[in-house]
Amino acid sequence: MSISEVFGKAKAEGRGVLVGCMPAGFPTVDDSIASMIAMHEAGCDVIEVELPYSDPVMDGPVIQKASDIALAGGVRTRDTLRIIEAVANAGASVVLMTYWNPIEQYGVNAFARDLAASGATGMITPDLIPDEAAEWIAASDEYRIDRTFLVSPSSTDERIAMTLANCRGFVYATALMGVTGARKNVSQQAPELVERVRHANPDLPVGVGLGVGNGAQAAQVASFADGVIVGSALIRCVLDAPDRGTGLDRLRALSTELAEGVRS
Amino acid sequence: MSAPTLPDLAGHFGRYGGRFIPEALVRALDELDAAYRFAKTDPVFQAEFRSLLSNYAGVPSMLYRAERLSEALGAEILLKREDLNHTGAHKVRNVLGQALLTKRMGKPRVIAETGAGQHGVASATAAALLDLECVVYMGETDTERQALNVARMRMLGASVVAVSTGSRTLKDALNEALRDWVASVDTTHYLLGTAAGPHPFPELVRDFVSGIGFEAREQSLDMLGRLPDAVAACVGGGSNAIGIFHAFVPDDEVRLYGFEAGGEGIETGRHAASITGGTAGVLHGARTYVLQDEDGQTKESHSISAGLDYPGVGPEHAWLHDTGRATYEPVTDAEAMAAFQLLCRTEGIIPAIESAHALAGAARIVPQLRAELGRTPTIVVNLSGRGDKDVHTAGAYFGILDPVEALIPGEQE
Repeated sequence: MSISEVFGKAKAEGRGVLVGCMPAGFPTVDDSIASMIAMHEAGCDVIEVELPYSDPVMDGPVIQKASDIALAGGVRTRDTLRIIEAVANAGASVVLMTYWNPIEQYGVNAFARDLAASGATGMITPDLIPDEAAEWIAASDEYRIDRTFLVSPSSTDERIAMTLANCRGFVYATALMGVTGARKNVSQQAPELVERVRHANPDLPVGVGLGVGNGAQAAQVASFADGVIVGSALIRCVLDAPDRGTGLDRLRALSTELAEGVRS
Repeated sequence: MSAPTLPDLAGHFGRYGGRFIPEALVRALDELDAAYRFAKTDPVFQAEFRSLLSNYAGVPSMLYRAERLSEALGAEILLKREDLNHTGAHKVRNVLGQALLTKRMGKPRVIAETGAGQHGVASATAAALLDLECVVYMGETDTERQALNVARMRMLGASVVAVSTGSRTLKDALNEALRDWVASVDTTHYLLGTAAGPHPFPELVRDFVSGIGFEAREQSLDMLGRLPDAVAACVGGGSNAIGIFHAFVPDDEVRLYGFEAGGEGIETGRHAASITGGTAGVLHGARTYVLQDEDGQTKESHSISAGLDYPGVGPEHAWLHDTGRATYEPVTDAEAMAAFQLLCRTEGIIPAIESAHALAGAARIVPQLRAELGRTPTIVVNLSGRGDKDVHTAGAYFGILDPVEALIPGEQE
């Protein structure tokens, strides 16, 4: 299912979309596939696969640590594509989140081609702003990949309008000024940012990420946004678990809780 | 050459530079850019900056004709004595400029990244002088290696945060400073330590340190009645090099040489030579040359010189390299340390190991320059910093840290 279809369906059901994030190859390629399929089965509408990168400046300690573990295990860009294929084949809607340099090194056009072939429908680019994205915009148009850029509470109205004009599928609204990681409370800046996005373009779905970690917070965010993006809290289920079985159990339990949250 | 008009308004030097950063930072960078454009033409700001440089930092630094070194190398060597500036390096020019801008923008706090601690100490110095709160991010490995600089920063009132992620060195300190900035841009200026990173930093830092080259150019004309044949500098992130190159870029007859840290040799893979041993990519906010694997993951750099130990380089150097206006070559640890010793013994000057790379490179190019010119070449070398901070490293390298034996009476001949 394309991202637009996922958002359309959830809207028809009167609920929010749950996007769950997991780094590719964490802690191994096979384990990450199992984690993502478990998240999908337990109610994540979209699986956001993060391509591990050595210098993830938008990410807090949990995703940094998971990415380091994946890279230390030798995961390659082509493994990430293989993981996406496995998860998409299991029936999940998959988007990729990636810092820009690995894509540039792979070859922008070649990557768009292979990403589309893997079954992913979209790509989120945390350190690529539309101003620098001409090559990616052309390649993603050619291979019909949805583009998600980020907007932030610090974005001016002009930049929000410009960014939305370059997005397709959904836009990622960062709920607060900061990096990824669960927070105690949902940011107060988030509803206002979503309002500003809606004002600029009422039709493009808005996913809100940064700082969401439990069902109650998911419910709160789903009350004003179209989608809820959760990463660190899910990753921590695996990171902190004494063994794989426990990790998967916790991952399913949290996914279920979050899925109930976006429906409440 | 049209270099002085670069970068373009979006910070591009050809295909290099630009802004590869989270959207959250765009507004802060735009504000910084606007404040800088204003300051650039504001006579009040410029007068304040000049006054701090001359009355506080000891600028202009002198251009010194190194007679004994010249004799040893068979060339006329002029040393741009940035090592004599307050805090012991060219970096004071950049931190004073940026700290003044911070005051202009009304922000009470600065953050900085540091490798060996030189930029951290310089930032803490400027913050103390201009009454700004200062937090310095430093890789955990480096806080252990450079305990004295940690103490210096604390004496100056800064807090030092040890970064324990990734390789726990400079690149990770930079990541952590960026993460802090994403969360604190309203109150905080990121006092970036080199002419790299997202626009407008490469341009802004270049301009703040470009006095090195403008002074050296004028001093050369006074001293020689002409321009030098070549200008040599070490290149890590590249601020001292771009600082001395910038004024000379339009002078086609002046050859520009940047010497990167070749570590144990490019062929060993253990080096920090981003241009001569890396490939084009994106790191820390800009497109430039990067040490990376084929997947674009950053590789760890290696150099005996902590100040050059960084896997990227400022984007303007990437452009100067591609256009052929400047020549970049690697200098190994061993070559740099030989030049370090030569300067100590011929001139009584202990250079920073960073600057010793420039000296070693200058020594290497003498024969080819002599052949090209048919006479003794004149080379301006940027002595970007002094070696006090390197005494331990150099002492260990030369094996001279053993205790001095007491002279026992009666055993004398």
